[in-house]
Amino acid sequence: MAGRARAIGIRLAQTVPVILGVVVISFILTRALPGDPAVYFAGAMADEQSIQQVREALGLDQPLVTQFFLYFADLVRGDLGRSISTGQPVLTDLAMRLPASLELTLSALIVSCAIAIPLGVLAAVRQGSWVDHLCRVLVTAGVSLPTFFTGILLVYVFYYLLGWAPSPLGRLDFIYLEPPRVTGFYLVDSLLARDLETFGATVRQLALPTITLALFTLAPIARMTRAAMLQALSSDYIRTARAAGLSRGKVLFGYGLRNALLPVVTTLGMVFSFVLGANVLVEKVFAWPGIGSYAVEALVASDYAAVQGFVLAMALLFVTLNLIIDLSYALIDPRIGFDTK
Amino acid sequence: MLHISDLSVSFRTRRGEVEAVRGISFDLAAGETLGIVGESGSGKSVTSYALMRILDAGGRIKAGSAVFDGRDLAQAAERDMQRVRGREISMIFQNPRAALNPIRKVGHQLEDVLRRHGRATRSNARAKAIEALEAVRIRDARARYDAYPFELSGGMCQRVVFAIALACGPRLLIADEPTTGLDITTQKAVMDLVRDLTRDRGMSSILITHDLGLAAQYCDRLAVMKDGQIVETGAASALFADPQHPYTRKLVDATPRPGASLRDLLPAEVRTPLADHEPGTRPLVQVRDLVKIFPSKSGPVHAVKGISFTIREGQSVGLVGESGCGKSTTSSMLVRLLDRTSGDILFDGFDIAGVPADKFVRDARRSQIQMVFQDATDSLNPRHSARQTIADPILRMSDLRGAALTARVEELATLCGLPLPLLDRFPHQLSGGQKARVGIARAIALDPKFLILDEPTAALDVSIQAVVLNLLADLRARLGMTYLFVSHDLNVVRLLCDHVIVMQGGEIVEQGPAAQVMEAPSHPYTQTLLSAAPKPPAARPSLLKSAAE
Repeated sequence: MAGRARAIGIRLAQTVPVILGVVVISFILTRALPGDPAVYFAGAMADEQSIQQVREALGLDQPLVTQFFLYFADLVRGDLGRSISTGQPVLTDLAMRLPASLELTLSALIVSCAIAIPLGVLAAVRQGSWVDHLCRVLVTAGVSLPTFFTGILLVYVFYYLLGWAPSPLGRLDFIYLEPPRVTGFYLVDSLLARDLETFGATVRQLALPTITLALFTLAPIARMTRAAMLQALSSDYIRTARAAGLSRGKVLFGYGLRNALLPVVTTLGMVFSFVLGANVLVEKVFAWPGIGSYAVEALVASDYAAVQGFVLAMALLFVTLNLIIDLSYALIDPRIGFDTK
Repeated sequence: MLHISDLSVSFRTRRGEVEAVRGISFDLAAGETLGIVGESGSGKSVTSYALMRILDAGGRIKAGSAVFDGRDLAQAAERDMQRVRGREISMIFQNPRAALNPIRKVGHQLEDVLRRHGRATRSNARAKAIEALEAVRIRDARARYDAYPFELSGGMCQRVVFAIALACGPRLLIADEPTTGLDITTQKAVMDLVRDLTRDRGMSSILITHDLGLAAQYCDRLAVMKDGQIVETGAASALFADPQHPYTRKLVDATPRPGASLRDLLPAEVRTPLADHEPGTRPLVQVRDLVKIFPSKSGPVHAVKGISFTIREGQSVGLVGESGCGKSTTSSMLVRLLDRTSGDILFDGFDIAGVPADKFVRDARRSQIQMVFQDATDSLNPRHSARQTIADPILRMSDLRGAALTARVEELATLCGLPLPLLDRFPHQLSGGQKARVGIARAIALDPKFLILDEPTAALDVSIQAVVLNLLADLRARLGMTYLFVSHDLNVVRLLCDHVIVMQGGEIVEQGPAAQVMEAPSHPYTQTLLSAAPKPPAARPSLLKSAAE
């Protein structure tokens, strides 16, 4: 166990250079982007002199290296700078918006896993049956329908035509108050406040964007589950288990699915990371105050501090995610020791 | 106890129904051991899966009955079968490491079975599982309980599989190629254990194998299968002494055994005289103090510990030993795919070990040293036709192009007995023996002086092994090649080699002329290897006569 703790420590230490690299690259990339924030924020009527004033106020007149060290020094103190478009510290902005994106992404992943894994297992067990065909149709639809399209289609059907869903504007209908902020996840916060009404409203508001994203993420997970399960079920140890008279459930789940889980976890990690990025479109369609739409707006405005803050937050998130996936690997598969890294 | 009559099994495939087993009948008495012998595709494994009703999807019992203890297994409901499997009839399989769940402790896998059949409760499962491990003579069973299959050796895994099979006291054990992939001494240990334990418990058993010698040694009665049918049954010694069916005779002939020459393995009607084989005296390969150390996390591993030997021109040297003895490392260094740690490899007087392995591809001697790989399927590019495969080394290392290249490829194919129409087929369209021929043709494409054969027949059926071994002997005579034949099968080495090197733990423990090492081994390890090899009963008198002539 001590060896494990040390191995986790080493894995964490390995992420330090990654984070440093992300800091440098995000700084250089934002500077390399076309567009001058001074011109943008000085406004359309500005003359040469006022632009220069804005530039000095933003500290952009100094050499790049000096700018970087100033930025880095602030970063070490935990100050991500101030967004010039929202006027708020970037840290506050991110703290407000990241939970919104995470809540959406996580609920979408939970829904899609809850559907995709049983579907994949069934499709593998009943290969060639109607479940298998249904799985194929869903997977094909999932990859071929872009999220903004399914999103708009769902809004049109369930909000406009049927009126089942609330208006697709943000995380909560305007008649409800935000739950007292503890985690930033409305589902969790409303439960903590024992406010079931707000919880229900949050669920209703979440439903459509979650389904939109879930449809999109369902495809790779279901496909991978089916393939991994088929492979596991054709293995020798399944034959041994059957020959030993183990029950069907034990053979399928205790022996088959657990072995099939490894590639599924890998896929899950990949899906999670690209969904966080792909969120932008869904957030736009549903006016979701998430981190994706924040980043796009900041990018358009050449809002350096906000873009850098976003990139850094994402990098930290991915590093954590990869660590979790590595850890769950080692939990599932004893053959993967930490010492192999 | 078991009465099978007219059992037929068929599989649904894309090309329609294929009958794998076509109306076989046999009986098995209580306490009897029956061997089912046949080559790949004969339906011997399918028969056992059908008995257990664990046929793959698409397979079904088409007709016939398999009455076990008054119950027809062919008709029994799935619920009843689950109670039969593991409790009444159990099975052990080939490739034991793959036969165990890789991510579950072996003790827990045992508990699964014990608890499933009501032989243990949650509280005493651990103790019962350890008991079951001790029953198959696993030392330190308490520690092994917590091991995962990847932490155990192949022989140990097979013992665990056997422990699972015996855990619930079944009355019939089906062993499906239980020793394939195991070393020869491990094979003997596992087979002796299976024989002893089944005998002690008065169990009946069915041994399914392609190895006639092994079956004859451990079974009371043999049934020979071919193309889904039993062609002959009889007592093991009688079957060997006087095979009635032509196919049985072919199998008996093809089984390597003491006293038989290479040509004796072939059917009598195609035995042409073997060309004289007279090795030269000039040394071609000289290995001096060759050492290979692999770095690893738990310290350096000494795979080869300073070995020296000489291979003379035209000689065929057998390199024998069990897995992990360093024979593959040695051959990889000789073929210059692996760099040595220290020592010399002189080829024609020049130290080729000084040329790094990744540079050797451009060395003039590359074409002189070639290799035939163990797995004929895996060592062929699945997207290259046989023609492309054979032409590949020529394109890389000689100037032959166009019509001359085509002619050369066809010449090589003819030399290796590969029919020309097969040249445009891909590996999956070729049989095992044909793939072996393609691999050999590729290796000799550049007229090498020195050919390293890494267990070239290990994956082949005995009758095909017989043909390939004879082909190798003919090629040696025609092309004057020098062979290093790496193998774990002493009976095969005896047939082809003049000189034998026995390795153990990275060292050479014995070397000398083949006849001397085989007949009068001086080192105890060589003696162990020789005594562990299955000994087929004496062949029929007529065969001995023809050998004497």
